[in-house]
This record gives sequence, C-alpha cells and structure tokens, in this order.
Amino acid sequence: MSVATGRSAVLEQNRSPRGERVLRALRTPSGAIFVLVAVLFVAVLAANPSFGEPGSLIRFIGRTAPIAIAAIGQYFVIVSGEFDLSMGSVVTAQVIIAGNLIGQDEARALPVLALMLVFGAFVGLVNGLVTTLLRVPSFIVTLGTMLALLGLVLYWTGGAATGNPADSFRQIGRGGIRDVPVLEIIPYPVLILAAVAAGAFWLMRRPYGRTLVAVGDNAQAAALTGAPVWWIRTRAFMLSSLAATVAGIILVGYAGVHPSVGRGYEFTAITAVVLGGVVLGGGRGWVLSAAAGAFALELLFTLLNFVGVQSTWRDSVQGAIIILAVGAAAQNWQRRRRTAASPTHDPNRPIEAPRPTPGTTEGGT
Amino acid sequence: MRGSILSKATVIAASSLLALTACTTDSSIENPPAAETGAAGEATPAAGEPSESSAEWFDQAVFDEQDEQRSATFEGDPAQPYLQYIDGEMTDTSAFAADGAQKACFSNASISNPWRQTGWITMNQQLQVLQDSGVISEMETRDAQDDDNTQISDIDYFIAEGNCDAFIISPNSTAALTPAVERACETGKPVIVFDRGVQTDCAVTFIHPIGGFAWGIDTAEFLSERLEEGDKVVALRILPGVDVLEQRWAAAERIFEENGIDAVDYFTGADPVEIKSIISDELATGDVQGIWMDAGDGAVAAIEAFEDAGADLPVMTGEDEMSFLRKWEETGLDGLAPVYSNFQWRTPLLALEKIFAGEEIPAEWVLPQSPITEEERGEFLTANEGMPDGHYAKFGGEDLPGYPTVWQERQIP
Repeated sequence: MSVATGRSAVLEQNRSPRGERVLRALRTPSGAIFVLVAVLFVAVLAANPSFGEPGSLIRFIGRTAPIAIAAIGQYFVIVSGEFDLSMGSVVTAQVIIAGNLIGQDEARALPVLALMLVFGAFVGLVNGLVTTLLRVPSFIVTLGTMLALLGLVLYWTGGAATGNPADSFRQIGRGGIRDVPVLEIIPYPVLILAAVAAGAFWLMRRPYGRTLVAVGDNAQAAALTGAPVWWIRTRAFMLSSLAATVAGIILVGYAGVHPSVGRGYEFTAITAVVLGGVVLGGGRGWVLSAAAGAFALELLFTLLNFVGVQSTWRDSVQGAIIILAVGAAAQNWQRRRRTAASPTHDPNRPIEAPRPTPGTTEGGT
Repeated sequence: MRGSILSKATVIAASSLLALTACTTDSSIENPPAAETGAAGEATPAAGEPSESSAEWFDQAVFDEQDEQRSATFEGDPAQPYLQYIDGEMTDTSAFAADGAQKACFSNASISNPWRQTGWITMNQQLQVLQDSGVISEMETRDAQDDDNTQISDIDYFIAEGNCDAFIISPNSTAALTPAVERACETGKPVIVFDRGVQTDCAVTFIHPIGGFAWGIDTAEFLSERLEEGDKVVALRILPGVDVLEQRWAAAERIFEENGIDAVDYFTGADPVEIKSIISDELATGDVQGIWMDAGDGAVAAIEAFEDAGADLPVMTGEDEMSFLRKWEETGLDGLAPVYSNFQWRTPLLALEKIFAGEEIPAEWVLPQSPITEEERGEFLTANEGMPDGHYAKFGGEDLPGYPTVWQERQIP
C-alpha cells in the first residue's frame, strides 16, 4: 500500500487519451457490466441468431424496460447507503390499484394515474422519513412496508387476479409507435425507459446526484458540509417508489393484472444494481450500470430459455450464475482497493492533502 | 475492509433470496403441494422425492381408470351436476341422522386463486339455502392460507373447541393433513373431504371431479388431433411438485410423446409477465403451433404474447375461467376449455344434508368433469354474461339465491 502518487498522477490519468480512459472504466465493476452484457448478448445470438433482428431486439428492450427502470430507482437508494425492499410490493399494489380503480372506464385512467404517482411518492416518503428521522435501519423499514402493502393487496383481492384495466390504459405498456422503418415498432416502454435513463443520468450530474453519492460514501462528512442528509436520502426513497410505480404502470399494460406481478422485483432490482457494480453500502457506482445490470439479468434468463434448460433446474441455474457474477464483482472492487491500481479511486487518501507519513492513515489496508 | 465483507455477505444473501423468491411464487396455484392421486383416492408417498420427470407422477392404473370415467354414466339429474356421481360403493349414514339444525365446521386450504374464490362464493350461497331450510345452524370456517400447519391447528381447534356436529375439510396437502383428518374422524362426527384427498378412507365421503389424468387426456388428445407430427407445443405450468397439476402434465406429456408432438414445459407461477417472456422467447426461436396449460390462470397473457409478436394464434387449451372464454371468442382461435368442476364446492353441504337425513351417499363421490368445446362456448358465455373475468363458467350456482349479483360483485365472504 505504498502509494507515491499525488495530484500529478490524478491529472495524468484524467488527461490520458480517451480510448485509454474508456478501457480503464471498463475494468471497474461498473464498467465491466457492459462487457458482461455484450458477452451475454453474443451468447444469446449464438443460441438463436434471429434474436439479433431489429424487430425482436427492440421488443426485448421493451420487455426489459420495467425491471431496468426499477433498477434505476433502486440505484438511488443503494448509492445513498440504504435498501428499498418495498419495491416489489409497490409494483404489485400499483398493478392492483390500476386494475380495480380504472376497470373498463377509460375516463378514469388519468385521475387514477395521478393517484398512483401520489401513492408511490407517499410510500417513498414514509420509507425515507422513518429511516432518516426515526433512525430505523432501512432494511427493516422497507421490509415492513413490503409486508404491509402485500397484506393490503391480499386483503383487497384475496390473493387472486381481478379484471384488467381498460385497453387504452394498457397501451402504455403494450403498444408502441408502429410502422417505424427497420424496427417495425418502437414500444412505448422503450421510450419511457430512455426518458427515465436520461433523467437519471442528468440528475446524477446535478448537485443532488453528487451529494447523494457523497452521503452514501460518508454521511457524516456530507452532513458536516451542510448537506441535509435526511432529505437527500428521503428523496432517494421517493425516487425508488416512483420508479416502482412507473414499472407497475408498464407491467399492468404489458401483462395485465395479477397479484404475482411484481413479486420478487425488489431482489431482481437489487441484484441488477449490484451486478452493475454499485457497492451495497453506498457511495460508489454509476446509475446506467444499474440499468445495464437489469439487461444482463434479462439476457441471462432469455439465454436459459433459448438453451432449453429443464424447467425444474432453471431457478437453481439462475441463482448460481447470479451469485458467481455478483461475487466476482465484489472481488474486483476489493482487489482494486488493495492494489490501488487507480490513484483517483483510492478512498483512503485525500488528493489535495500533502502526503502523510506512511502508516499513519493506511494501516490495515 | 469490514464494510466490503459485510456488503459481500449482503449481496450473497440478496442473491439467494432472489433465487428463492423466484421459485416460491405459488400463492395462486389451484392445487397446492401433494394433493390427491385422483379417482382411486390412494395417495402416492410423494413427500421428499425430487420431481425430475413426469414419469414418477404417472400411474397407469389411475390413468386408465380416469380415462374410462371420462365416458362413464353419471347417476342423477344432469341439470344438477353437483349431485351426480359414478355408481359405486355407498356409505350407510343412518347412524348420523339428526334432528334440527346442526353446526358445520369447514377447514379450508385457502381462497388464494380465482377458482377457489368462485367456489367459496357458491358454497356460501348454498349454505344460506340450508340455513333457511333448518338443516344447518351455522358454518364456522377457518382459512389455512395455503399452510399445512395452520390447517392442522385449525382442525384440532375444531375438534377441541369448535362444538361441531360435522366436519368439512378441503385439505391443503395429502400426507400432512392425513393425521388431522383421522383425528376428526375419531370424534365420531361425520367428516367430508373434498377437492384434494388424504391417505385415509375414514371420511364418510370424498368428493372430487374425475381428476388430473382426465384433464391431461382431454387436452393433449385435443391438441394432438389438430396438430401434426413434429409441431411445437409450449406447456405452461403453474409450479412443480403438486400432484393434481403434475398428473395433468404427466398424462399430457405421454400423449404428446406418442403422437410425436414436440412439447416443452415451463413453470410460470401463473405470472403473466413470465408467461409473456417465455412465449416471446419461444416465438423468437421458431414457430409455436400449440399452447397447453395446466390451469387457465394467465391464458390471456399467453394469447396476447402471440398478438404482440404478430404471430399466428396457436391451438390452445385453457380453462373455463371467463377471461379465457372471452379472449377465445374474441380472437377466434382453435381452443378447448378443460374444466376442473367448480360446482364441487356445493356438494359437501348437500352431502351433509343427506347425512343428517340418514340417506346413503357414495363413499367416493366422483363428479362429472367435461371440457367446454367451441360449440358449447357461446352458451356458457351468454349464461355468464356480466360475470367478472376471474369467474368460472361451470360454477353451478344458477339456482341459488343471490344469482347473479353475488357472483357479479364477487364479494369474497
């Protein structure tokens, strides 16, 4: 751990050619996910060449949109150092709300849509305030919200499917812009995903996004700089629940109403985020890598479908591959920290400070 | 580095949870783990065995028996299918004859899917009739929410403090519930078992439709007739390890094999998102000529996947759930709606009426189970107009009070 580099090394690294910087980025877990997506994509193509046709590719992106949006929402919470386990239940609750309140009455679509967004924001607000102001660990708070919402859904539906909402409302998740050259159709979920991803990318470059990562890295330091940590984290929870709401709106259109829609979404989203190289505990990772993690997962499931893994084995194979991939990502961060291959990413040494006496600040690592 | 060790542990915990949740999406199943073997009422000692192939669920004797029963003559009035039965051994119930209104205790496995909910509504309307006629004073019900342990304690509660004059049990699973049912029998009060069975014949009667193999035969023969050798059938199954569902698939898989149909099966948990992904992937790989389902929940999502992909609609078997019947008519696809007779939910209470009157009843009460064909579809759609999507066409409650509003509003009692 003898790092002799200082400010000059950082500058040197930042001034290195673009190609080299991209390569370096790909070697971080958050960058490696894009390599993984490419590898899986090639594997899927090898298993089934027709998957590469623009028409089926765009449909695949549309199908992955809800889980990618959920992963983006979950990213905000995880990068701030918390968890949101209530996501799946929010999706389920929103699906049931849409089914029961809209029914076949198209006129109700817009008011109910507004109600769903308010409801989503409210769930996030409660999660956030209980976590930050009452200082209950978010793992417990959102677990509680998850169970409470599931109970509510069970009470409302008895656990079985009810009718689908009006077809016009379902178009959000099912329809698309037709007669597009080459692609045939651009599904609306693809456009929604693009908008959400662009918004998230922009937000992470705003002061809010920067502070959010800082809060996740070291909440105390962020608080000392004057950042309102409680409100920053609460907003992350609200963003997560709103993302779950958007995912729910797409899913109710794509698939229809069923109490099993959204089940397990929180874990798929968390896995996607972690696959995307975002560190659990916060402070590290890129938002678009979280979305890429969702695509990697969905590609993996598709690959298993194409290869024809026996149905009874499928879950085990999925689980094993996910553990391997996530384990590898975690290893990678650790090794990087140990060897400190990149001086800009060494968290233990402040860049501006003069070089400390060896051993005083870096013991144990 | 404590932080990273912690986070790694959390990652692994989260991933294994993901894997776990992926295979426990079972609350919407029609027939939870280890149900009855079918008409014979003998149960296989299935507990603990891995379900590697459908071969182990296949029982030639039961298969043949149910195959025969499909064309059997049923005693009784066809207008009242819930009272029909196949001629066989009868139980003498004169010892149970009683005067005045009696209290019934109903231990229900769950109402966690549309099939059970529809039946539960019908049962409550039937109860009203029997309460008005002074046969039953009240029915105390406990819902086990798909949990064996809950149901065992429910039954023990009834035995100890329920003050019950008769027990009605719809078991959650076969082996686990057998001792509890036996304890109920030991009270000397009449016990009625319906839907799924248990490994004891101590009950006065066991009420069920023909069974899973009959379903499999009806559906697979239908698809095999319409498809050619080498055609692809995608089988959408709710989940593994459930006797009645496994039997439906065991019979169907065998028939597909005999006819050279290329059948590939998936577990969906009835999740429409999963169903759509599976079909989209299959359609991306090649043409799909047929869809087979072991329960109709999710049938609409399967059809929509074909529509979304712009592919030719498949030949398809669903169930008599209204959502499928409507979509079937709307799209005009070639289909069949197999039926797991929902009207069986009336029969236990009617059996109780006979028991308290001392009339003999079948020891094993096999109810009719016949699929709805395209010719009959219109008739059932008209008869059930205004019913919600989760309603089942053969619910058999048209002559009960509250028809049709109670089923239309679908207020779960």
